[in-house]
Amino acid sequence: MLRFILRRLVGMVAVLFAVSVLTFLIFNVIPNSDPAQRMAGKRATPELVASITKEWGFDESLPQQYVTMMKKIFTGDVISYEGRENVDEKIAEGIPPTFSLCIGAAVLWMFFGILFGYLSAVRAGGWLDRVLTAVAVAGISIPVFWLAAILLNYLAYQAGIFPSYGYVALTADPLEWASHLFLPWVTLAILSIGFYSRVLRSSMLDVMNEDYVRTARAKGLSERRVMGRHVMRNSLIPIVTLFGLDFGALLGGAILIEAVFSLEGIGQYTAEALEHQDLPPIMAVTIFGAFFVVLFNALVDIAYAYLDPRIRLGESAQ
Amino acid sequence: MAKGSADRAAAGPWRLALRRLGHNRVALAFLALFVLIVVFVLAAPLWANDVAHTGPNETHTLEKINVNGEQRDVVDPSGKPIGPVWFGAGGKFFLGADSRLGRDEMVRLMYGGRTSLMISIAAALITTLLATVFGLLAAYYRGWVDPVISRSMDVLWAFPVLLIAIALGITLAVGGLQLGPIHISGGSLWIPILIIGVVSVPYMARPLRGEALSLREKEFVEAAIAQGAGAGRIMFGELLPNLWSTIIVFSTLNVANNLLLESALSFLGVGVQAPNASWGTMIATGQELITSAPLLTIIPGTMILLTVLSLNVFGDGLRDALDPRSKVRLEARAGVAEPEGTAV
Repeated sequence: MLRFILRRLVGMVAVLFAVSVLTFLIFNVIPNSDPAQRMAGKRATPELVASITKEWGFDESLPQQYVTMMKKIFTGDVISYEGRENVDEKIAEGIPPTFSLCIGAAVLWMFFGILFGYLSAVRAGGWLDRVLTAVAVAGISIPVFWLAAILLNYLAYQAGIFPSYGYVALTADPLEWASHLFLPWVTLAILSIGFYSRVLRSSMLDVMNEDYVRTARAKGLSERRVMGRHVMRNSLIPIVTLFGLDFGALLGGAILIEAVFSLEGIGQYTAEALEHQDLPPIMAVTIFGAFFVVLFNALVDIAYAYLDPRIRLGESAQ
Repeated sequence: MAKGSADRAAAGPWRLALRRLGHNRVALAFLALFVLIVVFVLAAPLWANDVAHTGPNETHTLEKINVNGEQRDVVDPSGKPIGPVWFGAGGKFFLGADSRLGRDEMVRLMYGGRTSLMISIAAALITTLLATVFGLLAAYYRGWVDPVISRSMDVLWAFPVLLIAIALGITLAVGGLQLGPIHISGGSLWIPILIIGVVSVPYMARPLRGEALSLREKEFVEAAIAQGAGAGRIMFGELLPNLWSTIIVFSTLNVANNLLLESALSFLGVGVQAPNASWGTMIATGQELITSAPLLTIIPGTMILLTVLSLNVFGDGLRDALDPRSKVRLEARAGVAEPEGTAV
């Protein structure tokens, strides 16, 4: 187990390095213009561009520029030239709303994804399966930010059932916290609910055809026990793997959802920076977002190897 | 039953797949819907020139139009655009005007759909080409080639798709792109096409590589090598034909995902650049007026939903037709293979 963890952590560090290099390339090398000019934003003056060039070392060699950029981002020394605020501080401020949004959406998505997938697998071919399959396909085909805007209009602006703006801290008022987040949770979860119920359905149908399920039935186990102990346990494996991969990706969806619901989190901060073509915040969010995904995946892998010996044995055998 | 299997032995696999697809009424219905949408967006110049008499980016802010004998402002003094007038003005402003700029919503919807579909399809072609070549190279050469390709895919995969697309979108929209001798300006449609095409590659390259690797071990590849076939012949003559069905299914579903990604990028202002219309930019424009004119948001979003839905359902039907194993396993109970890994 220790060997697996070490291997996984070394791999993780390598990916983190590669991710940071790619981010550097995206922001400073691939585009065809002066990076200082881009970073200065829409109201750039020659003096500002000159001072950015000096500050970020854009007149130095590329490796030196990379080191400067990483140092600035990870020591909290990045300033937005548009809003004149410290980018890392703004991102830290945005963590509570964004995590409330993502964790709540993940709970909804796992619960309904598993429920719908289970129901359509046990009723495979029946009308309930057809309805749920149709709902799932519709769920993965909806532009979520569009659905968010429409729900916001009809349920918040017009009907006044939900608040239309902002975020209330959980510690300040749990009820307000939940009512502000309800529509964002639902809209962010819809895509994944559709996707996961389809994955679980096909995985359950595969498992239900396995010999050990037939054996379990043949030896007279109750249907409930066959489903709970034998089918569900094995069918959930791909779901758990996917969950580890997809949770981090919620951050992308959060940008869209927060922009629509004005949630004052990292996502809304990013969307506003995009509107002003303000690059430093986007640079920091990109790198922190990718780092978060990589770290989270490594943790899930380790937890997973702990639970399922086949994985760590398979890995060390290679 | 015996007669059926005799038929099957006589027909080739493509023919069989086509026959299976022909029996899938739902998939065919959604294919028909997709074709209708394509015809609708292709008819954009006809509608613009002969019915609406205006272009997608032409503004009519201060103009008045005659709706059933009544003179009405295209944009009223409070800044609210005119709503749908249907054929009240002879087809002009069929769906009303889009914003305080007073552009014809219907004309923009048709041209915007063209842009959205063109970007999605062109990006899917780029993704398919790159993913197929990477998958084949990794599977054929293995050795050091496979780890290099696979690890590069892992790095791209580590970014949330929307996040890396946004990062590329904003830097390229501001600066443009220099690809060797070719210069692409920041407002060009090639920027979203290239971005979407490249960031989707790992999602297709991984499964293709896996399948190509297992094909590589098959006897027919060994036989081809024994006959003295070279690298190109093995990759494109032996492996590729066996990958076609997977490639077709994945690229169909990829077009659907690209539409969602394009609309999200355009909504955030880093996809299609103003004044050009796409369904995503139209939602962004419409959303500003959502309380007074919700149709301006609802209509372009519905078009995206219908198009993506039609491609997803048809893609699933294609998969069932080309890879019927999932159905056989379940003894003709409804079968669904796993959908493409996606995240927007």
